[in-house]
Amino acid sequence: MLTPSLTTRTLGLTALAVLLNGVGNVLLKLGMQRVGEIRAFSPVALAAAAWQASTTGMVWLGVGVLALFFLCYLVLLSWADYSYIQPASAGGYAIVPLFGWLLAGEQVGALRWSGVVLISLGVVLVGRTCVRTSEGG
Amino acid sequence: MRTVVFLGILVIAGTAGDLALARAMKRVGQVQLSPSSLLRGIADSLRQGWMWIGLALHAAAFASFMLLLSWADVSVVVPASALSYVTGVAGAKLFLRERIDGNRWAGVLLIAMGVALVLAG
Repeated sequence: MLTPSLTTRTLGLTALAVLLNGVGNVLLKLGMQRVGEIRAFSPVALAAAAWQASTTGMVWLGVGVLALFFLCYLVLLSWADYSYIQPASAGGYAIVPLFGWLLAGEQVGALRWSGVVLISLGVVLVGRTCVRTSEGG
Repeated sequence: MRTVVFLGILVIAGTAGDLALARAMKRVGQVQLSPSSLLRGIADSLRQGWMWIGLALHAAAFASFMLLLSWADVSVVVPASALSYVTGVAGAKLFLRERIDGNRWAGVLLIAMGVALVLAG
């Protein structure tokens, strides 16, 4: 087998993919805030908004980071079970409130904390299963 | 009612899209993290019919999401996000022939509940 193990590589790349997805979405959101709220949905208005988005550097940065995320995701799907990667990447939902609380001093309610605990337990359970159980397609 | 219909499309098209991408990448085989292997992997994946089916289904899911947002709040997708973990694992078992043992099922159910709580909280 290659070193590091498939499990270690899968978990490492999943963490990177979750991070890229989060950063890409935030950059895209910041970019779209510069474009401004889209209120009209006629083809002309949508085309104008799309043009404005395409001339906003932050939007391209977001799209670039999301493209990197997608590349990582495809590599992961070539390594491991979908039923392993999908639940494991839910760890992102647990990390966001945790970091918000630790780094930004955000208030996190009991409901969200219990969600963080359930997700963490679930990710640990899934993480202990075999990374790859099917071959070919 | 239309909200339920479009949430259904979002979950089903999103899950089916992921499963199609997964099948395509299983056929491509393990892609290594070197520039040459990545380029070959991308080229191989674009030759897989399942890749294009997966991308089309994701586009349908995204369109459904945008339509939903035009009349509903972002929080309506909470049940869809949680449910997609369960449909994803069921689909992986049926369509990709992945073996789902008790630990994985238990983990996925905990995650689905946890995601619903985090997003709703």
